[in-house]
Amino acid sequence: MSEAKKYSAPITNPETAAFWDAASRGKFMIKRCTACGEAHYFPRSICPFCYSDKTVWEEASGEGTIYTYSLMRKSPTGPYAIGYVTLMEGPSVQTNFVDCDLEKLKIGQKVKVVFKPTDGAPLPFFTVA
Amino acid sequence: MTIKGKAYIAGIYEHPTRHAPDKSTAQLHAEVAKGAIEDAGISKDDVDGYFCAGDAPGGAWPMVDYLGLNTKKLRHVDSTETGGCSYIIHLGHAAEAIAAGKCSIALITLAGKPRTGAMPPRAAGAEADFESAYGATTHNAYGMCAMRHMHDYGTTSEQLAWIKVAASHHAQYNPNAMLKDVVTVEDVLNSPMISDPLHRMDCCVVSDGGGALIVTTPEIARSLKKPQVRLIGHGEAMKGPRGGKDLDLTYSAGIWSGPRAFEEAGITPKDIKYASIYDSFTITVLMQLEDLGFCKKGEGGRFVADGNLISGVGKLPFNTDGGGLCSNHPVNRGGMTKIIEAVRQLRGEAHPKVQVPNCDLAIAHGTGGLLGVRHAASTAILERV
Repeated sequence: MSEAKKYSAPITNPETAAFWDAASRGKFMIKRCTACGEAHYFPRSICPFCYSDKTVWEEASGEGTIYTYSLMRKSPTGPYAIGYVTLMEGPSVQTNFVDCDLEKLKIGQKVKVVFKPTDGAPLPFFTVA
Repeated sequence: MTIKGKAYIAGIYEHPTRHAPDKSTAQLHAEVAKGAIEDAGISKDDVDGYFCAGDAPGGAWPMVDYLGLNTKKLRHVDSTETGGCSYIIHLGHAAEAIAAGKCSIALITLAGKPRTGAMPPRAAGAEADFESAYGATTHNAYGMCAMRHMHDYGTTSEQLAWIKVAASHHAQYNPNAMLKDVVTVEDVLNSPMISDPLHRMDCCVVSDGGGALIVTTPEIARSLKKPQVRLIGHGEAMKGPRGGKDLDLTYSAGIWSGPRAFEEAGITPKDIKYASIYDSFTITVLMQLEDLGFCKKGEGGRFVADGNLISGVGKLPFNTDGGGLCSNHPVNRGGMTKIIEAVRQLRGEAHPKVQVPNCDLAIAHGTGGLLGVRHAASTAILERV
């Protein structure tokens, strides 16, 4: 991936503003439901599993493993690798892999979160741990 | 309440164009509507139900007006939008409306110009801030499914290639197909990698065009001249990452829509003589065959290998028009042409080189959206009466 790649700023909304505020401080947040105990991503106010409104923000470790990926060989901004990371806390999240050799990605590989700047809040990506 | 046998497909039309720089999208809708109405042998003024999806410019009310449908008679509309499988869902919804007496002659249209015009943007969902930067496209979203399927079940690129090989064997007989050359497994493996592990020949074509259906009551169908084809089972379903819990990209929503349709029809996959299976990519076909129960989960690779999907050669003839992989993929939406080729097979109107003998039961199944992100699926089981 080109280092010069520009990302659009997230639009944000009242439901997700706390995620982006935390991202600006380098923290990767998930939501956890205190009623059923399940964590989820992307964050919602109502738990998608039990429909409780008792969801709270939780700072995630930012560590996980690659569930799957696909390396797009050509694009207007060069090759990029999309994938899902299964976080240590449980939920799987969609992301791009950056700052590593995209030809050598493997399912099961350990990765960690990194933030990339935008004109607004930074966006979470993952790189090889 | 069941829709089994309550609705018949009385008219079909597939636009022969694959490249339409000199036509408008609305015009293509009108041309396929006219084609299906004439195929059925009815008048446009008899249409009392209209179904369209996101490809119809402006949605249902501008289209009803543009098409000149009889608004004194039109009494049911449905613009359910589920990407490429919208039209298979519309078929089921039309049957429901007909069974409930809400309409008696339904028109379903699909048309557009991804090769020669702009595609309408997809509306953003609640996930946009958390996903849009990552560049999910069809290629890499289906690539992610293929990558994980290979990891979990040992599926190979050679096995996926057999799906394209089978489609190409059929496409050689379709004068309208974009890609008429028969290809080999080696050809597929030697084509450029697009998004790992999918090669260029694992991907469908991009084409202009469209298609339309007329769906009606048993009584009206019997009064028309065409061979009678009826819907006996239908299912629809949706799947997404659902908060990221227990993510599994090796199966599609077809795992739910398929059994629903088979149960309603009262048959099993073993009874199916011909299968139209949405082939946006080779992996789409493989996963759907597993999900529909034509083989066990994980055995799709072995099932599709060695020509098993080639008409006259294998056990399950599929996409005998050449499908999306070789013939066309109007508006990047394959559901409509899946139904049309299934009806041709049941009528005995497929090309003689690929016509399945005594074809009395067929399936048309598709997905819509992005298989590796969030998608819909719909299954229709059709019977020649």
